[in-house]
Amino acid sequence: MNKRTPLYPIHVSQNAKLIPFGGWEMPVQYSGIAEEHLACRNAAGIFDVSHMGEIRIHGRGAAPFLNKIITNDLSKIKDNQAVYTVMCNENGGCVDDLIVHRIHSDDFLLCVNASNADKDFEWITSQKPEGLHVDNVSAEYAQIAIQGPQAQHILSQLTSVDLPSIQYYWFIQGIVLGKPMLIARTGYTGEDGFELYLCPSDAPALWNTLLEAGKPRGLMPCGLGARDTLRIEMKYPLYGHEISEELNPIHAGLGWVVHWDKTTFIGKDRLEQIKSSSQQKKLIGLKCLGKQIPRQSYEIQKNGEKIGFITSGTLSPCLNHGIGIGYIETVHSTIGSVIDVCIRGQNVPHEIVKTPFYKPLRRPL
Amino acid sequence: MSAIPQDLKYTEDHEWAKLEGSNTIRVGITDFAKESLGDVVFVELPKLGRLLKAKETFGVVESIKAVSDLYSPLDGEVVEVNAALQDNPGLINASPYGDGWIMKLKIKEPQDYQALLTPEKYAQITR
Repeated sequence: MNKRTPLYPIHVSQNAKLIPFGGWEMPVQYSGIAEEHLACRNAAGIFDVSHMGEIRIHGRGAAPFLNKIITNDLSKIKDNQAVYTVMCNENGGCVDDLIVHRIHSDDFLLCVNASNADKDFEWITSQKPEGLHVDNVSAEYAQIAIQGPQAQHILSQLTSVDLPSIQYYWFIQGIVLGKPMLIARTGYTGEDGFELYLCPSDAPALWNTLLEAGKPRGLMPCGLGARDTLRIEMKYPLYGHEISEELNPIHAGLGWVVHWDKTTFIGKDRLEQIKSSSQQKKLIGLKCLGKQIPRQSYEIQKNGEKIGFITSGTLSPCLNHGIGIGYIETVHSTIGSVIDVCIRGQNVPHEIVKTPFYKPLRRPL
Repeated sequence: MSAIPQDLKYTEDHEWAKLEGSNTIRVGITDFAKESLGDVVFVELPKLGRLLKAKETFGVVESIKAVSDLYSPLDGEVVEVNAALQDNPGLINASPYGDGWIMKLKIKEPQDYQALLTPEKYAQITR
């Protein structure tokens, strides 16, 4: 039985198309993926992302412990600041990718992938020293993301919090619509926007009020379909596609979240080997030169030889052609090169292009 | 509730067929298929002259999210394809039973057409 978010009855009443995702029954689309995608790019979109997991780590020694688990460097962030990171296993593979919010120096809230929440909790718990508190608080939070150039304007109608003062990857604990919540300037679309963590029972009123307040500015409810096409246009990784227990952050182009100058963190030795190895592969962006659409697991070829595989692909609603993300051998990864993607037995030429595929506005209108 | 025209025959794979003349059928996907798939953004058509067996894959329709195979309703030869779909796959969204038709098939055994699903039977499987 899949879990349902507190907004499930609203999704049903709004005729959303629901699909199973990561153990949850989630809206994949409301009016249509392309329309929702463009609303988020040009105006704003709201997303029910209550399926995301939350893990709280608190107590004396929380910071050094967490810094040993993740690859990014916690010492670089202050209270009310967040950081995107991965946490690795000993082989350098990704246990998960996540956002760490620093509430206080001894109190952190992690936002993790829905399908990994239980695994992450067990992994962190198995590593933790005596006396430190690690709690799976996923059930205590609903999460609503409001994204797009109109996001700040719409949200500001529901709160007296000084939203412009919240910088990218910072957050505030404040009151919206009379209810306390964590307001983070983060997101998974490439646009400006916020992710709101709140009590599940407060979520339906916030959702409905945001929709109402945002309508005149073009706000639309967006499903997981648009969330996926938006992140693919940005080449943001999705767990299970670009990263996994078998795929490491170095090859995935996430070297920027790995801080080598930290004395130690789980997976460091193996990641150093991977980095210096001559057997390199790389995550690249591909533009389809035909009308086809590259899809996950399609083979990438050069002169009939396999040189890689697609991890995610879609028709780009902004660019109106097929785009794909995939791993290929680094020797073949030059921008501008043309390679083939094998689509139903046919070799279709694709160009290796710079990413993100689409350059978002990334600021409020 | 999806549209199921009375003058067509159907398959369990959500294709429709319409007999034209004595031995040719026009083939497309149903309104129900279109609704489940989401907006069609790409269509891969079969080659002219290709010989198909009933239930054989002859092409695909893709939405932004998914790829869906097309299955031939009957044995036959592809005698015409709707080339307009290559530049305008949205014809299927706008008119799955009209301008969004996909191919014409010259069928071997015209009596097989009568064995395809009636609108009533098809309505039952999409309920």
